[in-house]
Amino acid sequence: MNYQLIWFALIGVLWTAYLVLEGFDFGVGSLLSVLGKGKDAADTEKRRRVMLTTIGPHWDGNEVWLLTAGGATFAAFPVWYATMFSGFYLALFLILMALIVRNMGFEYRHKRDDDTWRRNWDIAIIIGSILPPLLLGVALTNLVRGLPLDAQAEYAGNFFTLLNPMSLLGGLVVLGLSLVHGTHFLAMKTSGEIREQSRALGTRVGLVTTVLAVVLLLWVGLAVGKVSVWVGIVVAAVSLLFGIFMNTKGKEGLAFIGTSVTMAAAVATYFFALYPNVINGKDGKNALSIEAASSTEMTLKIMTGAALVFTPIVLIYTAWSYWVFRKRISTKNIPAAVSVH
Amino acid sequence: MNALDVARWQFAITTVYHFLFVPITIGLSGVVAAFHTAWVRTHNPDWLRLTKFFGKLFTINFALGLVTGIVQEFQFGMNWSTYSRFVGDIFGAPLAFEALLAFFLESTFLGLWIFGWGRIPEKLHMWTMWLTHIGTVLSAYFILAANSFMQHPVGYVFNPKTGRAEMHDFIAVLTNKVQLVTFPHVITSAYMVGGSVVMGVGIYLMLKHRDGADGAMYRRATRIGAIVALVASVGVIISGDSQGKIMTEVQPMKMAAAEALYDTPADGTCANFSVLSIGSLDGSKATTIIPVPCLLSFLATGSFSGHVDGINNLKQSEAAYFSTGDAKVPVLVDGKVVDTAIKDVKLDNGKTLLDYTNMPSYTPNIPLAYWMFRFMMGAGFLTMAFAVGLLWVTRAGKSISNKRWMWVAILTPLLPVFANSFGWIFTEIGRQPWIVYGLLGTSSAVSPTVSAASVWFSMIVYTLVYAVLAVVEVKLFLTYTRHGADPFEEPVNPKDVDEDQPLQFAY
Repeated sequence: MNYQLIWFALIGVLWTAYLVLEGFDFGVGSLLSVLGKGKDAADTEKRRRVMLTTIGPHWDGNEVWLLTAGGATFAAFPVWYATMFSGFYLALFLILMALIVRNMGFEYRHKRDDDTWRRNWDIAIIIGSILPPLLLGVALTNLVRGLPLDAQAEYAGNFFTLLNPMSLLGGLVVLGLSLVHGTHFLAMKTSGEIREQSRALGTRVGLVTTVLAVVLLLWVGLAVGKVSVWVGIVVAAVSLLFGIFMNTKGKEGLAFIGTSVTMAAAVATYFFALYPNVINGKDGKNALSIEAASSTEMTLKIMTGAALVFTPIVLIYTAWSYWVFRKRISTKNIPAAVSVH
Repeated sequence: MNALDVARWQFAITTVYHFLFVPITIGLSGVVAAFHTAWVRTHNPDWLRLTKFFGKLFTINFALGLVTGIVQEFQFGMNWSTYSRFVGDIFGAPLAFEALLAFFLESTFLGLWIFGWGRIPEKLHMWTMWLTHIGTVLSAYFILAANSFMQHPVGYVFNPKTGRAEMHDFIAVLTNKVQLVTFPHVITSAYMVGGSVVMGVGIYLMLKHRDGADGAMYRRATRIGAIVALVASVGVIISGDSQGKIMTEVQPMKMAAAEALYDTPADGTCANFSVLSIGSLDGSKATTIIPVPCLLSFLATGSFSGHVDGINNLKQSEAAYFSTGDAKVPVLVDGKVVDTAIKDVKLDNGKTLLDYTNMPSYTPNIPLAYWMFRFMMGAGFLTMAFAVGLLWVTRAGKSISNKRWMWVAILTPLLPVFANSFGWIFTEIGRQPWIVYGLLGTSSAVSPTVSAASVWFSMIVYTLVYAVLAVVEVKLFLTYTRHGADPFEEPVNPKDVDEDQPLQFAY
């Protein structure tokens, strides 16, 4: 069995899980001021609390998929981890900062009944939800587009090397997908006005994202020119249109499944475009291959064993947590603000 | 400062900061789970009030521990890419295990606990906090296994073809003898912190409510906190004692630095422990002021007449051992593991292993190690004294009213938290100049492609943002502490919840 290939695929699965799950909480956080706008101050505050409560029990667990993707890359492909994380230094630093202020916002916003306090944390949540998908999209697209690497597989560019048109478009697409995915999630988990407005907004953002995504994927497809990549592109485009269509029909669960499949297909497209590399070289030179980046077979076998035993357990209790909090929420369900002085 | 120095400062700042919250998270989640269990068993309203009250303090603290922990996992690759390449085959696995086995558990079940009021049946709800607690303890196990590899690399073989240390025996990595004494030391320290937070907050509220109806409830919580801290501190002492002995064996220089013991005592005499001494700042000599005869020999070896090497001796022997490359490491030769002298290990990329181990000095910062070791023990013993004192004055139904106890309320949570920091600074400083003891120098481990300017930028921003968050955190913690436990409310049975009524908890 080729354990290197298995782990290459599993890293793709981990990124998929991360984007499917954290993707919607990024979307909800980003749209806090847009969909959270009510007819007066009290209504606005209630709507924002509805939105945050839909993701409240889940965002932390969702984020662990990023940590698992990072840890698994470190363990299974140390050279990939080392080159990518040091090469993307400033981009990753900004992502970390964004995640820090956003997560603090989730946990602290409701802990004081004070408008200034809440407004500041709202800003932290919104910026902290927009930046990570944008920058992750830029970073991942750069892996596919090709990075300047030296003979020791060390990154030979700088922060501005990463800001090329294709990668910036990649950033916008991941952000756009997160926004659409977030509106589908909100439509599925809320009732009342937020639900209606999420659906309307989802369609509009969805169409813009579709245009951007098709341009990006055609660009990647033409640059790479592999059959597997074209299959991924078609699945991504079709599932995205399916999601948007189901949303307009009011089939909110199917809409959410549609954008989830889009996330998976987008990741698959990128991983097909990378194979047999983990980082493509700039102009075809000095790519970092799966084989050169990988750990020993012993480490990969140990990791495979752990993944086989523990991933199903994680999936079971994660699913249970979503089941426990399955009910739709509306402004009627929001209790009075906690008053602690 | 060059990129290496700034990267070291950044790692020190972010790690010490992160670990202010970690022991509170581990310790307090255990105490909250115990309070929750007491509520489910007895249905005494006080237990539910205490569960919710300390649960809020716990979540205020957990948020910062969580966000600063993400930085830690990314920082290895971002700032220490050579290190990540060199040991990733071994070091990455415990990190991946930590995410898969521990982070999912604590995050998912804490989410269930926080939002679970009125949604999950009572007993199951109690278990979600226990699972959160188990997650925090598992997390400690895996990250300490990774750290123990840096202190005392085992279970690996060096592969000259790939130029890196590779996995040879994962069980050996997970049961490193340094790990087996470090894990109990860190966990018992965390319970000491958890108990102390409950005790400190409890003393404050006991004083505030000494004439009110809630005085008895806070007195009880305070005594529980003191008992937890005291029992845990016994574990800290026992595990710390074993750790000292193992450390003397695997890193003699660290323990010599802990004592600023410059000259090896002559044959037939033992090593004294200095409670206080004054050394020159460059760490070349020391003048002992308060010596305790033979105590160091006992701490290091278990015998009052045991032999302990001094820094000057170790300096010579370690220099001879490492810089000439006579030290042996397990090397993969034609598919077999052969113990080979470092100087004889030639890598396929043209380097030799000696390039990674040859350093100008093998002596850590001695004044820093010396004082951190003493501050750690001093803060720990003072906490114990407070716990004993508190239990004594509150014996047989008595309460406290003297306002001076307020000082104890403030110091009790802080002392063991700082003792944890001092202990870690001692452990990590004492390991220098190695990042992986005896195998990879810290100076060789830094990311070659990340400029000093980039690290300066990130270090300054981390420090500023962390400082602001610390102020926000402490203020919020104090606000909730002053507020105290909310009045008792009959909990809602999930079966009786109506679709349209407000949730028991929402963001």
